[in-house]
Amino acid sequence: MPTAVRPVRIVVAKVGLDGHDRGVKVVARALRDAGYEVIYTGLRQTPEMVVDAALQEDAQVVGLSIHSGAHMTLFPAVVDELKRRKATDIVVFGGGIIPDDDIAALKKRGVAEIFTPGTPLQEIVDWLRKRFPDEKTPQR
Amino acid sequence: MREDGIETSTISGIPLRPLYTSEDLPGRAEEYPGQFPYTRGIHPSGYRGRLWTMRQFSGFATAEETNRRYKYLLANGQTGLSVAFDMPTLMGQDSDAPTSRGEVGHCGVAIDSLADMETLFDGIPLGEITTSMTINSPAAILLCMYIAVAEKQGVPASSLGGTLQNDILKEFIAQKEFIFPPAPSMRLVVDSIEYCAAEVPKWNTISISGYHIREAGSTAAQELAFTLADGMAYVDACLERGMHIDDFASRLSFFFDAHIDFFEEIAKFRAARRIWARWMRERYGAQQERSWKLRFHTQTAGVSLTAQQPELNIARTAIEALAAVLGGTQSLHTNAMDEVLALPTDKAARLALRTQQLLAYETGVANTIDPLGGSYFIEALTDEMERQAEAYFKRIDEIGGVIPAIEVGFFQREIADAAFRYQQELEQKRRLVVGVNEFTVDDEPPIDILRIDPRLESEQSERVRQVRRKRDQAKCAGALNGLRKAAAGTDNLMPHILDAVRAYATEGEIMHAMIEVFGTYTETAVV
Amino acid sequence: MGWWWFSDTTSPYAGWASNDLSDPGLLKKFRSGDVRALARAITLVERRDPSVRDLEAALRTQAGAPGVAGFTGAPGTGKSTLVDAVVALLRQKQRSVAVLATDPNSPFTGGAILGDRIRMQRHALDTKVFIRSMGARGHLGGLSLATREAIRLLGAFGFDEVILETVGVGQSELEVAAVADTTVVVLTPNLGDSVQMIKAGILEIADVFVVNKADIDGHLRVIAELRAMLNLSPRRGWKAPIIATVATRQDGVEQLWEAVLAHRRHLETTGRAKELAEKRLRDETAEVAAELARQRARQALEEDPRLAERLLEDGTPYRTAEEILNRSANR
Repeated sequence: MPTAVRPVRIVVAKVGLDGHDRGVKVVARALRDAGYEVIYTGLRQTPEMVVDAALQEDAQVVGLSIHSGAHMTLFPAVVDELKRRKATDIVVFGGGIIPDDDIAALKKRGVAEIFTPGTPLQEIVDWLRKRFPDEKTPQR
Repeated sequence: MREDGIETSTISGIPLRPLYTSEDLPGRAEEYPGQFPYTRGIHPSGYRGRLWTMRQFSGFATAEETNRRYKYLLANGQTGLSVAFDMPTLMGQDSDAPTSRGEVGHCGVAIDSLADMETLFDGIPLGEITTSMTINSPAAILLCMYIAVAEKQGVPASSLGGTLQNDILKEFIAQKEFIFPPAPSMRLVVDSIEYCAAEVPKWNTISISGYHIREAGSTAAQELAFTLADGMAYVDACLERGMHIDDFASRLSFFFDAHIDFFEEIAKFRAARRIWARWMRERYGAQQERSWKLRFHTQTAGVSLTAQQPELNIARTAIEALAAVLGGTQSLHTNAMDEVLALPTDKAARLALRTQQLLAYETGVANTIDPLGGSYFIEALTDEMERQAEAYFKRIDEIGGVIPAIEVGFFQREIADAAFRYQQELEQKRRLVVGVNEFTVDDEPPIDILRIDPRLESEQSERVRQVRRKRDQAKCAGALNGLRKAAAGTDNLMPHILDAVRAYATEGEIMHAMIEVFGTYTETAVV
Repeated sequence: MGWWWFSDTTSPYAGWASNDLSDPGLLKKFRSGDVRALARAITLVERRDPSVRDLEAALRTQAGAPGVAGFTGAPGTGKSTLVDAVVALLRQKQRSVAVLATDPNSPFTGGAILGDRIRMQRHALDTKVFIRSMGARGHLGGLSLATREAIRLLGAFGFDEVILETVGVGQSELEVAAVADTTVVVLTPNLGDSVQMIKAGILEIADVFVVNKADIDGHLRVIAELRAMLNLSPRRGWKAPIIATVATRQDGVEQLWEAVLAHRRHLETTGRAKELAEKRLRDETAEVAAELARQRARQALEEDPRLAERLLEDGTPYRTAEEILNRSANR
């Protein structure tokens, strides 16, 4: 039986200059298999590009991945750009090598959740399902 | 599968039998180390003649701070340096570029121009040490900066020793730090190989790397096959340029990952030497013995480290390092336990080096050459690795070679499939990672992490702006123009890049001059 | 069945609450040029949300008439790069462009990964460029109906040109041809046997052929083969030109666009444009009717247990279907 289609579009992007895309690709596949429509925008996206894609693609969620250590600069920059474009209802989550202290700081800056290496994929899917239950679209 | 549901295949998925016997190795001829095809090692005396080189990769923040770290390392007996550059440098852009924000000095040292390179090696006699530089798309520029610093020190290029990673193919395949399209990228690689063969003959012009392919999620056999296929693609490109195989083959070196599946890794290293020797002698007709020998550097697997219970990483790294030694590596980098979190602290970096010293001096594993040679299991697994690699060579050939295979996303898809399969095995707990999906603890105490001062970025940006202000503008513009013209033709670009470097053109400016001619590359979407 | 559109709701397309999606202020935002409103409207179209009908009706008066060019070709032909190059050219000409990248490979049910934006990211910050990825999911009648409606929305929003991009697999290129004014079929010399790649039917739909990657060996052979094939089958007064391009270098892109425009002029001068527009309206109406009928049938079977029971007993879909349609007609 096919997986149920979930009415949430997710833009998945690699921000920062590094090209380590193993994690982001594995997550993209897991989200696809969980029934989500994933728009992968590729490597080295600036915050402005990510937000542009999210708006054009009518995404409810933006997933960011970074391994270069610039997360404290780039993740909040995406959140700020969403604010500037009046799209704060779009949920931002992130993944990568991010120390605990930074996670707390990023959540304060408006990043909804951070998943570090070793997080089971199911945990990410469960989080999204909780955030966007089936049979219902996200709150706008 | 075991009775408790755990996979019994290797981490790469090679099925294993519970027992191997002499029946697995029928009619096998005796092999010796130092003899073709070098399965048992390239040196007849193994590590008795000389231990592997303990080469720890380091570099952070500014050239000035890294210079201090280098001087400290050299004072403590290290004879080789290994430079880690930050992301903007690796991507060929200056510290004050808009897309460099948040990245300057994070993953390594920031180098924008010859001025930074002069600071980096200030007071370090380049004629007496060897330096390894991990850089790819802009590799030619950084090598020229090194040559220019040596000139200023009065050291002739012909006496410089070291290694340039300079392996663009694995960037397209795995690490994705590409800038130009494949054809001009290959031209730059061949330009540097050709230039060095004449001018910097002691330099290892390329380090053909499987490490990043493996870290991107490939299997051991994919790492082996794709890396050697890349190696042959470079050989083909050099031959096409009109070079003779024996003039450059011995300057090609390799760089592999040492992952956690102990025996599989040892088999991989042994198979790599055997395959390369055969191809070099039989297909490429290399005459000199030194052209047949595959020399390699190894780094333990960053991807096997865990953020959870990070002290466990010391044990993982030790086992991986042992595999590299038993596989006959020429040099080794052991990861620090906290590398999964950030740049290593001094203490973690020291523990990593001590792990190698412990292997070399306490365990006795270096006393006997290829101690696992003749093991039914190891030999059978070595054969299997070779068989799988040859099968991949055939598929790559059918696609039309390495670059067409990159363009259609063949490697990328193979790797993504392998990475996804492994992740699913973890999710289903058919494989366990201690501390991650089993044997976890709830409360993990935070560990110390080296942090980079955010002020560094603005200071470094100011520094590059100053360089741009102070230099002889006419000379700089002239050199960049010359480079642009040469790029549009067929000249070897190295002398032109060297001119631009000497005129204090920045890395970003030099790259940009070439981008104007070559364009940039966007990869095929393979998820 | 666990498929979402068969779940117990009134609309077959509303497995999720469609009312939450449509925003009462959407029309106003759309008219004020809010990109997000356009994006949301396309989502409504994609999901076959009933509320899009009102939006479309309201926008009909301001509908522009964008030029629609469809690009199709096998994976690896450099089609996305070519589209990217065409977008760059159109921007030089001050034309605004929307790209609809459809992925027929995405499964009909379940999730999808859409990656066509990657090659067009250099236009990311240009407000006169709009890129939208569309998966195949939810399109019971294929992609063409949703694509048509999306084109109409893009026209109403003010885009001058719409480019449809799809991988030439299965039926997708036929669907592109059904919607686009001009269909561009992209080939390359390096993908094995070129003649084999020219599937049956493709000669019928191609208005312009592109041989991309014309900097590699074998492109002349592909062009010669193509020309030979085309000579065997002339088509309604238009001979599809063959353009050689190197999309990565922008080579030949200008000529390609000239060919598209020439074809457009041909359609106009021969009256074929009008003919096509009328045919499309008829086709679309038939498709919409089918969609509505399907919706009513499912609803009737759900709401009327006796009808469903009888259907199971005598197993006569035709009779039941006719009955449902007659009922609807009388309602």
